[in-house]
Amino acid sequence: MAALDMPELEVREGVDRETIETVASMGSYKYGWDTEIEMDYAPKGVSEDIVRLISQRNEEPEWMTEWRLAAFRRWQTMAEPRWAMLNYPEIDYQDQYYYARPKSMAVKPKSLDEVDPKLLATYEKLGIPLREQAILAGIEGAVGTPAEGRRVAVDAVFDSVSVGTTFQAELARAGVIFCSISEAIRNHPELVRKYLGSVVPQSDNYFATLNSAVFSDGSFVYIPPGVRCPMELSTYFRINAENTGQFERTLIIADKGSYVSYLEGCTAPKRDVAQLHAAVVEIVVLEDAEVKYSTVQNWYPGDEQGRGGIYNFVTKRADCREARAKVMWTQVETGSAITWKYPSCILRGDESQGEFYSIAITNNAQQADTGTKMIHLGKNTRSRIVSKGISAGRAQNTYRGLVTMHPRATNSRNYTQCDSLLIGDKCGAHTVPYIEVKNTSSRVEHEATTSKVDEDQLFYCRARGMDEEEAVALVVNGFCRDVLQALPMEFAMEAQSLVAISLEGSVG
Amino acid sequence: MLEIHDLHVKLEDEDKQILKGVTLRVPAGEVHAIMGPNGSGKSTTSYVLAGRDGYVVTQGTATLNGQDLLAMEPEARAAAGLFLAFQYPVEIPGVGNMTFLRTAVNAQRKARGEAELSAGEFLKLVREKAKALDIDAEMLKRPVNVGFSGGEKKRNEILQMAMLEPTMCILDETDSGLDVDAMRLVADGVNALRSPERAFLVITHYQRLLDHIRPDVVHIMAEGRIVKSGGPELALEVEQNGYADILAEVADA
Repeated sequence: MAALDMPELEVREGVDRETIETVASMGSYKYGWDTEIEMDYAPKGVSEDIVRLISQRNEEPEWMTEWRLAAFRRWQTMAEPRWAMLNYPEIDYQDQYYYARPKSMAVKPKSLDEVDPKLLATYEKLGIPLREQAILAGIEGAVGTPAEGRRVAVDAVFDSVSVGTTFQAELARAGVIFCSISEAIRNHPELVRKYLGSVVPQSDNYFATLNSAVFSDGSFVYIPPGVRCPMELSTYFRINAENTGQFERTLIIADKGSYVSYLEGCTAPKRDVAQLHAAVVEIVVLEDAEVKYSTVQNWYPGDEQGRGGIYNFVTKRADCREARAKVMWTQVETGSAITWKYPSCILRGDESQGEFYSIAITNNAQQADTGTKMIHLGKNTRSRIVSKGISAGRAQNTYRGLVTMHPRATNSRNYTQCDSLLIGDKCGAHTVPYIEVKNTSSRVEHEATTSKVDEDQLFYCRARGMDEEEAVALVVNGFCRDVLQALPMEFAMEAQSLVAISLEGSVG
Repeated sequence: MLEIHDLHVKLEDEDKQILKGVTLRVPAGEVHAIMGPNGSGKSTTSYVLAGRDGYVVTQGTATLNGQDLLAMEPEARAAAGLFLAFQYPVEIPGVGNMTFLRTAVNAQRKARGEAELSAGEFLKLVREKAKALDIDAEMLKRPVNVGFSGGEKKRNEILQMAMLEPTMCILDETDSGLDVDAMRLVADGVNALRSPERAFLVITHYQRLLDHIRPDVVHIMAEGRIVKSGGPELALEVEQNGYADILAEVADA
């Protein structure tokens, strides 16, 4: 089948190499340490009182508290979805903390200079210096790359609160608002009220509804009409506290004709007990605007036996609300014990476009049920899905995707390519595509493959001098190339090393 | 250089003996050819030497400069100087040819405790070597062997060999599927690498490759053994009379 509008993909030199070079120098989960810091916890469990407490800690206006409470009441009537191909013990929602804030953050520091040095050191150690300098989030290897000198603004979220946001002043000069969502609720209520919950409604699903009630912080972005955001924006999420869930909420609004590239990174310490992470990301894309959202998800995946790790239940959705709006999701999912995540595009505006590029790697006892939804509502809308699932160890990896062409979405097109790679014989790969076409002029294409890492390929690499892990990393990176190329260059490098690290011990 | 003594090999999955006592000595500086009918064990010999899975050595030894090859991982054999030009070079989608080469070169350098080549050094070297083999920049960018013609694949093997500079080169039917021009390119590439420190073991069905790569010794292999060895004239004899006469002669002896 002919792929629609598929540009010829060129091999990007020097990318795979970085993986190989970093593999040897890195441990299996590099971010598993924790920060000893005094924390303020809300009492364990979730209730209306806890919801009020979170709202009050964030100094929110009354309407926001009411919004949260409405969500909480709704959530109490809902049941946890169990349709995903995921097997995990019952989550006790009353047996964890919903709010954990470093004591030093009780009074929000006015600038990064006032932030507790321990917190700053934490991000430093993660490779995310919060000084306003030319280093990209999460990318130590970025130094010395061609992009040296490029700047990235960072919002650093630590457990339940945003520690600080860099480059705010400079962004403000361009009219860009980049701050924590708690600040946005206080300082830009008109924007928040207009758009919060407009893409992922309070009642959307169990986890999104829980998030609507208890989200503590997250990032807020507004790009004014016609503005190309002068730098990449990023949020780095760090879970540190034990028995604590992280519920962050991100809201990005790209006004008419604007452009922004947004990066998200996340890590957590190694703990024996699983931890819940239920985030919501809403993106509103107006006429002729474009948003690129890239994630490298590296939450602690649990140990080889499947003890501990993050349960990652995330709702991410972009609404191409007006004509010719464009959104591109790219995700590299290597962490988490459980991943339940379907970044989606609502293609409402005529000629709007949605793209989804995904690499999901599961090793040991990890399970991932991930994919996307492309909802074509407008005429001449386009979507493209490229998913690469890699399973090793005893892991289970499911692609679940929905493509719908509504009656009004005439002359629309979707192209889906869904490839699975198996390493070893104890893991599983599953593909669950849902396709609904309700008009006669649209076209949907779906291609899927499943293959095993080829012994001949590995032998060929080894006969040329590479050891087995180098060989696997090289072959898997080749398998993921289409998606890696969709990432910003430095992110691609980090993703490549992650690919190698996530698969350590998967052979031999 | 390469010493194989009384090598017995069977398949791992079935009880089938493939090599039944191969003895062979290839000194540095020499080119040896192995010829023989299909199924005689030529390719198996090359795979076992390179360390491919699926074979069990039941008896015998194989050493490279005194090192016990059979005890080493494939990558260690490569770093020790062994190179196998594959009969069927493997495709690796998504991995650029250049990336593959550079990873291989540096992996071997690292294993030998040498400094890795910088991007600039590597690029200079690969361009120089590729030119001699008529490999253009486009082919270096494409994914390893994907969509390569038969001739391109074989030239690519020789390019790898030229870049890795092994001391013991085994060519497994590198001439199969090549037209005359491609064969000449490959042969020129091999000849350019001939040196007093380097040895070649050329496995082939046909005499014609040996017109271009002139061997010092020709071995005839049949039913898992070297049954006859001689000078280049042995290859001509095979070309003219086939294997039947030689095999009959050996059987009579």
